Amino acid sequence: MAKIHVTTTINGEPMEYLCEPSDTMLDALRGSLGLTGSKEGCSSGDCGACSITVDDRLICSCLMLAAEAEGAEIRTIEGMAHGERLHPLQQKFLEHAALQCGICTSGMLVASDALLRKNPNPSEEEVRFWLAGNLCRCTGYDKIVRAVMETAAEMRDGIKEAAQ
Amino acid sequence: MNLVTNNKWIGQRTIRPDGMDKVTGRAQFAADMTMPGQIWGKILRSPHPHARIKSINTAKAEALPGVKAVVTSKDIVDFPIEKGAVMLGIQDMRWMCRNVMARDKALFPGHPLAAVAATTEAIAAEACKLIEVDYEVLPWSIEIEDAIKPDAPILHEFNKFDGKPSNIMGRLEHKKGDIAEGFKQADVVIERTFTTRPVHQGYIEPHACVISVAPDGKTTIWSSSQGQFMVRAMTAYLTGIPQSDIRAIPAEIGGGFGGKTIVYLEPLATLLAKKSGKPVKMVMTREEVMRATGPTSGSRSTVKIGARKDGTITAAHGIFYLQAGAFPGSPIRGAAGCSFTPYDIPNLLSEGFDVCSNRSKVAAYRAPGAPIGAYAVECVMDEVAEALKMDPLDFRLKNAAKEGTKAAHGPTFPRIGYIETVEAAKASPHYAAPLGTGQGGTLRGRGVASGFWFNAGGESSAQVNVTEDGNVVVTTGHPDIGGSRAGIANICAELLGIDYRRVSVIIGDTQTVGFSNLTGGSRVLFASAMVVTQSTEKVIQTLRERAAKIWKIDPEAVKWEQGAAHPVSPNAGQFEPLTLQELADKAPAMGGPIGAGVQLNTQGADGGFGTHICDVEVDTELGIARVIRYTAVQDVGRAIHPGYVEGQLQGGVAQGIGWALNEEYIYTKEGKVDNPGFLDYRMPVCSDLPMIDCIMVEVPNPKHPQGVKGVGEVPLVPVMAAVASAIYNALGIRFYSLPMSPPKISAALDAGMKQAAE
Repeated sequence: MAKIHVTTTINGEPMEYLCEPSDTMLDALRGSLGLTGSKEGCSSGDCGACSITVDDRLICSCLMLAAEAEGAEIRTIEGMAHGERLHPLQQKFLEHAALQCGICTSGMLVASDALLRKNPNPSEEEVRFWLAGNLCRCTGYDKIVRAVMETAAEMRDGIKEAAQ
Repeated sequence: MNLVTNNKWIGQRTIRPDGMDKVTGRAQFAADMTMPGQIWGKILRSPHPHARIKSINTAKAEALPGVKAVVTSKDIVDFPIEKGAVMLGIQDMRWMCRNVMARDKALFPGHPLAAVAATTEAIAAEACKLIEVDYEVLPWSIEIEDAIKPDAPILHEFNKFDGKPSNIMGRLEHKKGDIAEGFKQADVVIERTFTTRPVHQGYIEPHACVISVAPDGKTTIWSSSQGQFMVRAMTAYLTGIPQSDIRAIPAEIGGGFGGKTIVYLEPLATLLAKKSGKPVKMVMTREEVMRATGPTSGSRSTVKIGARKDGTITAAHGIFYLQAGAFPGSPIRGAAGCSFTPYDIPNLLSEGFDVCSNRSKVAAYRAPGAPIGAYAVECVMDEVAEALKMDPLDFRLKNAAKEGTKAAHGPTFPRIGYIETVEAAKASPHYAAPLGTGQGGTLRGRGVASGFWFNAGGESSAQVNVTEDGNVVVTTGHPDIGGSRAGIANICAELLGIDYRRVSVIIGDTQTVGFSNLTGGSRVLFASAMVVTQSTEKVIQTLRERAAKIWKIDPEAVKWEQGAAHPVSPNAGQFEPLTLQELADKAPAMGGPIGAGVQLNTQGADGGFGTHICDVEVDTELGIARVIRYTAVQDVGRAIHPGYVEGQLQGGVAQGIGWALNEEYIYTKEGKVDNPGFLDYRMPVCSDLPMIDCIMVEVPNPKHPQGVKGVGEVPLVPVMAAVASAIYNALGIRFYSLPMSPPKISAALDAGMKQAAE
């Protein structure tokens, strides 16, 4: 079967690729696009290690077909930092030791970012339920939840300061 | 060796050296690697739990366009059973060669039968379906009670127990005193039987490797494991390629918890790469991980403890049957050896039985065997304390092991920190806090439990090099599974008196750093700190000699402080300090590069103890138990990087809560795993857990330069008993089997049973 040609935007850059009809978005990212920051833990949408956003919606890229990305706006872990400047969540994960092996970290950060864009002032319960689709086997989630809560607080303060 | 005092970096929450790569998606895990011209390998696996393999015909698979190589057990080096054990660490190569590829019999569903390499994954998978296997399907057993029946189907015909063919592959005992005499002295004796289900290590990264074999046999392995040297040695054994020709490069590892201490894919991918002449990549699916790797043992334990009215334990007896899976080697040593160790018990018999059955070969899981044993022992401890009307922590204090206690598994304890953990638990805000009452149909309870793990030393190597610009590169040989590089950076920077950001820490491959044993047994920071300390001290000695040469004074008259050489006193001469950068700059003229390496078989790893407090809330309508507060107290020796030590405690507790409440292998009537995915194998998710409080007690290990004790494994040991006792406290129902999942709790509540023995 002929490959499908897809034109899309990834982390703000226009991109094109060819994919098999059965390829997932994760296959395309990790394969021809070389964006291996998104990880494959299960291929069934249960672990969240492949979390990306598509038109600002958080999804598991293993559950989306690569061909569906036509015209979409995709964000992955590779687009989270701005040059040398880390996103506050990335910085806070480092400071809090909110990662051990690091395999879930990309997905965890993408999912946390999606939460804070929607809800800049989440309760602990809201953080825990939002991240319930991202498995971490190392940390027991404690430091991850703290890092997200603290980032949210600092980003709110930052916005307040900027407004003053 | 003196303890380092007045620390600047030791004990600080520094940023880990590999952190930036991991928060930006740069870190390369095994499956992230691609080699030029690589093809894909796939495995054909047995659908049967037990079957004799009469023949395998690969002709049709080989003829499929795109297929480049097919291997079967004929291609794997055989280690004949009758020739006796060939040990690599704790693994017998006779079982390893049969585990990576079934020889005469398939012993579990998922057991590899053949492997194919093809230009695409899809073609390789298609080719696997074209392989024709002629089986003689045999009767099978999975559960311990079935496998030890007199008429059970025997997995390994050569094995005899009590003179008869048996699936009991071995027995181990630890003995002290006379238990019959001890039980006679007891006023209270309680005996209970417990069962646990197999649970998987649950690392999020599936096993993966990319392997190239050049025409001259030079082999490069890029894989995710808990030991690149283990990968090299096992691959060498199983393929016949000499170790000197195999470069095993450790990829970043996406979790292991013991499950990546043996090989599954590497020998197969090596043989496929050799046959095809092309680099071969293999990545397991989650289903393959669940069916064919790990999990730990299911178990059946009987524990009897007797105590006097004053709370003194007079005798204890434990019998621990553990599933080994397809090949011998279940962690009976951890179950029988660790479970009673927190206590000074004069009369003790602890027995372990290693039972083979038709499920995947057991793999190490965090303090292997110890959590299984502790679940039984600590629950009975709780019952005895209740019968004696004693506080469960006071009962433990009354019988606590301390300096001078002789443990049944051998050692007489040096200064240990067990009592300190119980006292810290008693004094914790958590233990003092009222439980509170649950809302609408929920009941609350609190439980406590203790645990022990041996910890380990063993072989480690390090190289510490000063760069030309006066910074430092440390190379060690252990995959960093939870932040060990951060601890090493702290130690090296502390000793050199420089900013920790000037110390780069990397994990060497098998051909660039000296032999280093597995990342396992809670040994990595203990052992690597020793070799890194000694290497750094050698570097400092060189730096002092260089300064002495420049100043034309005796090296003994030079001291190293705050990153620079200084004269020890004005008597030695008046010189401006020479910094690390200045000495590095002058190195070519003053004798050459500055660096040192040390290789040791490290000794002196003291065991670790922990005591946990757990509060649960049980929804009596739905049968759901939730942990609402948890405190883990542990003697950590010395927390070199407190953030990653806490992380070990919190992660271990989370795994234990999963084991206690939800996780279990469920088998179909055909003997296949029925829940081989994360949806149905329910590990704790973020919304299942509360914050996990840590109290780090520091009783430094006197045999270690920084006082380090292993910390990674102890925190899983007490958890299931702490949760079980909390549920008992809430409901008045004790569960003698895991997991305490909603259907089981509901059934027990519905039956109105006081004791849900199963």
